[in-house]
This record gives sequence, C-alpha cells and structure tokens, in this order.
Amino acid sequence: MSDHSHAEPAAQGRAPGASPSQRAGFLNYLVGLGFAIVLTLASFWAAGTDTVWQPAVPVLLAALAIAQMGVHVVFFFHLSTGPEQTNNFLALAFGVFVVGLVVFGSMLIMANLNANMPPMTMDQLMKMQR
Amino acid sequence: MSLAENVRAPGNEGEVPFSQRGPAPIETVASFGFWLFLLSDVVMFSGLFAAYSVLADRTAGGPDGLRLFDRSYVLLETACLLFSSFTCGLCTLAIERRSVAATYFWALITFILGAAFLGLELSEFLRMIGEGASPTRSAFLSAFFTLVGTHGLHVTLGLVWLMAMMAQVATLGFLPIVVRRLFCFTLFWHALDIVWIGVFTIVYLGARW
Repeated sequence: MSDHSHAEPAAQGRAPGASPSQRAGFLNYLVGLGFAIVLTLASFWAAGTDTVWQPAVPVLLAALAIAQMGVHVVFFFHLSTGPEQTNNFLALAFGVFVVGLVVFGSMLIMANLNANMPPMTMDQLMKMQR
Repeated sequence: MSLAENVRAPGNEGEVPFSQRGPAPIETVASFGFWLFLLSDVVMFSGLFAAYSVLADRTAGGPDGLRLFDRSYVLLETACLLFSSFTCGLCTLAIERRSVAATYFWALITFILGAAFLGLELSEFLRMIGEGASPTRSAFLSAFFTLVGTHGLHVTLGLVWLMAMMAQVATLGFLPIVVRRLFCFTLFWHALDIVWIGVFTIVYLGARW
C-alpha cells in the first residue's frame, strides 16, 4: 500500500512546491537564498551606480529581476520541466504569457497614444466634446 | 523517444496507460488548484503593475519617486521578506518530517519577519502621507499606493492565515487536511516574495527613469 502511494504522485504529476528529501531540500533552500541575495544586491547596486552605461540600466534591472524570479520558482517552488510537472509548468507559462500581454501591451498602447496625441489646449478639448 | 515511450516513462506503473490510472491523489489536485489561484493572483497584480508603469511620471507637479523613496529602507524591507520566504521553506521541511516544535519555531520566525516587513511598509506610508504625498495627490501616488498597498494587504492576510494554521496544528495536529493547508500557505508566501521582486524593481529602483 505504501509502495503504491509513493508511485502514484510521480505518475499523476507532482504538486508544485513538493521537495525531494530533507537534506536535499535544505541545501536547495540555502542555494536559492544565496542566489536571491546576490541578485537582489546586484539590482540595488545597478540602480545606483554610474559605471554602467545609463540607458542600459533599466534593461539590466529587468534581467536581474527576471533571473531572481526564476531562482525563486526553481528553488522555492521546486518547479522543473520534468515530465511529472507538465501541468504546473504549462499553467505557469500561460500565466507569464498573460502577465506579459497586460503589462507590455498597456505600456505600448499608452506610449503610442501619448506620441500620436497632438498637444491640445483646454479650448480645443471643449470643442471636441460638442 | 516516441510519444508512447514518453507517456509511460514517468512513474513506476509502467504498463498502465494514462487513461486507466484514475484521478490524481488529492494532495496533487489541491496544490494544483492553489497554484492556479496564485497565477490568477499574479495576473491581477500585473494589471496594477501596468497601471503604475503608465502613470509613474504623472506627478501633477507633486513629489516624484526619486524624492520620496529611500533605497536603503527598501533594501531592509526586501531582506525581511526574502529571509521570511527562506524560513517558510525551512518550515515546509519541518512539516514534511512532522516535527511540531520545528514547525512552530520556523513559523514564528516567518511571522516575525513578515510582521517586520509590514511595519516598515506602514511607517513608510505614514511618512509619505505626512510629507503631503498622499494617494490623492497625483495619479502616480494613487497607482503607487494601490500597487504596494495591495501587496501589503496580501502579506497581512498571509500573517492571519499563518496564525490560523498554527492554531490548527495545535488543536488538530498534522492531519492530512492541515498539512495540505500548510502547504498551500507556503506556496502563497513564496508567491508574495516573487511579486515583491517586481515591486522593488519597477517601483523603487525604476524611480530614476
């Protein structure tokens, strides 16, 4: 019976967050914490430094943030692309897709509207409403 | 590898095809459902992030982010939340080996760090409002307080949930349903830390541009 219940989770997909074993689990969290600390400090350093070419800093910050989110997903959620985690991974991929659409779509549309809107005075705005 | 081999590869049941294996165990189903909730929560946050990104430079002549935000303060908040996520992970390990004392201990540390984060955030809010940078001052500040305040509300709910879970461990012990709920809580807490990465990158560190 106990053998059966051990075999089943692997066959039916693993829950997100389930960790492998005690010792490996602890090392896993420790490595994740180390990576997260390094990436966080790198982000704060990058935002305040003058050694990086300034227009590149936002891209650097975005890269560091995405890297840290990846570290959290792998080391704290224990998510992998393994066959027992297909459901979890596909759901995450769809979530990331929707988030990307909402955030970058909104920014793109608003920047475009801003650029194409001719500067208007209050008088012109009033005329438009008639 | 052919598709048929791929389907049989995971697990030890070998010859039993997917269609005949029956439903997944309830732990897997419950966690997957909660995983979907977390993803939908992140999608909700993405709307607030989009609003903030669009409104970040609409200060209506009021104070801007560069003047209002204190980076070393934010680094302290970030450290609190990151370490609470780590101790929450250690709490997960304690739950897995069914150790009551270790569960209480790591849950307490997680709670203290989470409460410290919340206290720092609230005092930052009060300082900003004291300086005249209230949510009604400009579109930028409305978006800021909505985004960061929603995250703070999630942390508050997480702390309440953690207290409720400790009460359940005390009264019910490690029943399967209690373990399941504890497990969902740890996922929730890790997810809040991931959202915070977006907050400190976009809101606090992005204030220079």
